[in-house]
Amino acid sequence: MNAILATAGAEFRIALRNRWVVIAVALMVVFSLVLAAAGAAPTGDVGVDRLSVIVASLTSLAIYLLPLLALLIGFDAVAGEVERGTLPLLLTYPVSRLEILIGKFAAHLAILTLAVVLGYGAAGVAALATDPRAGAGVAALVRLGWSSILLGATFLGAAYALSALSRRPSGAAGLAIGLWLLFVVLYDLGLLAMVVADAGGALTTHVLPVALLANPADAFRLFNLAASGAVGAASGMGAAAASIALWKSALSVAIWPLITLALAWAALKRVTP
Amino acid sequence: MTATLTISWLTRRFGAVEALSQVSLQVQAGQRVALLGHNGAGKSTMMKIILGLIPPTEGEVTVCGAAPGSAAARAQVAYLPENAAFHPALTGEEQLRLFLSLRGESPAQARDLLARVGLHDAARRRIGTYSKGMRQRVGLAQALIGRPRLLVLDEPTSGLDPVSRRDFYALLDDLAAEGASVLLSSHALTEVEARTDRILILSRGRLVMQGSLPELRHAAALPVQFLVTPAAGQADALAAALAATPGPDGILRLTCAQDEKLALLARITGLGAAVADLDVIPPSLEDIYSHFSRRDGQ
Repeated sequence: MNAILATAGAEFRIALRNRWVVIAVALMVVFSLVLAAAGAAPTGDVGVDRLSVIVASLTSLAIYLLPLLALLIGFDAVAGEVERGTLPLLLTYPVSRLEILIGKFAAHLAILTLAVVLGYGAAGVAALATDPRAGAGVAALVRLGWSSILLGATFLGAAYALSALSRRPSGAAGLAIGLWLLFVVLYDLGLLAMVVADAGGALTTHVLPVALLANPADAFRLFNLAASGAVGAASGMGAAAASIALWKSALSVAIWPLITLALAWAALKRVTP
Repeated sequence: MTATLTISWLTRRFGAVEALSQVSLQVQAGQRVALLGHNGAGKSTMMKIILGLIPPTEGEVTVCGAAPGSAAARAQVAYLPENAAFHPALTGEEQLRLFLSLRGESPAQARDLLARVGLHDAARRRIGTYSKGMRQRVGLAQALIGRPRLLVLDEPTSGLDPVSRRDFYALLDDLAAEGASVLLSSHALTEVEARTDRILILSRGRLVMQGSLPELRHAAALPVQFLVTPAAGQADALAAALAATPGPDGILRLTCAQDEKLALLARITGLGAAVADLDVIPPSLEDIYSHFSRRDGQ
């Protein structure tokens, strides 16, 4: 336990000095406030409170930004140690590789948590200050917060796995960007193409829900939109979200961090310095 | 005596290349052992196997009574890698506090450890600003954590100035006196000659020689050199008596086999006043080392 805390403390300090903490927090706060300001416009007509609309916008932001931040913070975790030549010494210490991994994870997740809390917090305060009915959206904002942290955790684990597999920071960075493109951008385009080509056939009704749940980013979107009832505000995904039970998307959001961390651990165990 | 490290018939292959071949050795408690060999002779591979970083292909290794790399072994073994590297964003003190915590020791000892290796004033500076010698000393400080029973040091004095080297060997003497075993590799043969108890010579993955310096000297049977300085006006007489031609500095150089040393010495001293001075130079570790590694075809 001591070893994990000490590793986490050192990693947090390193991230602080490498400006990752400032960058993550600044990005989340700025984007959240911009969305809070922009998302405030249509509320009068839609008939929901301002914060609920903002949560729908923030969900779309989180899907792009949090995986990217997590991958950027995490890609160096193992490959960087290999390149600096610090890994062999570390592995001769009486700590397990799992403890090292958890220590790094704890520090990086703390940074993402800080960014999410301050970013969403700023948007929430802005909404509450301008719309007296915004209190109705607080529960959705909190749910978005913790599921965003889980989404970040998923991609941190993925970043560590890629980092351990490639063993070179430049290679790990390339793989990380590739993974982000695949899961966040191309995957949805592929599904869209499938739905269009299928025109409401078996693929749309049977394969699509499974495919959405299998992607942590899509599961995160489904969960937040379905849970907040803001599906209408987000458009497009309405039909798909409605056909998938809430517990399924919640389970996917919760289970993905465990899967990627297990992959990262397996990859780290295979690294020979 | 108890063996801290036992290696029996160790072989390690990388594909078709045999990096280590049937190496057997023991290191006793309190012994300082030097591991010598050319680049690529297998020194670092052997160290990594002892540390449990890579598994052996064949053979058996026991470290402090446990398997290399096991939790019990790692708790008692300290390592100083060649070109010790640390995260440049941490200060020396922060880095040592982390290492202390990882060994389950109190991080408050960081300052004392840095003071022991002469880095007290730089403790709060980032390691990124350190010189190579300073980083090497951080590496040494971390190897001292928690009274290890075996220290594995890969070229520990590279990058250190002569005074720091002396301090380093003084630290090793203290550790050995407390019962710790030290296995170090070095290219600085003159240091090793004076400051270690036993020498291992690796050549192309095989242990070609091991023993104390006198034992190695005996096994190598290299000639002993005599430097005889004639007294004033006696140069020609002395040269004739010893059947040697004087060098440009007027000194006579003679060589003889180890077992003829005393006889030659008696002959020279028998010449009495004709001899102004006499130096007997045994073969250096450098000579012995090149003898054994050259014999192996390098």
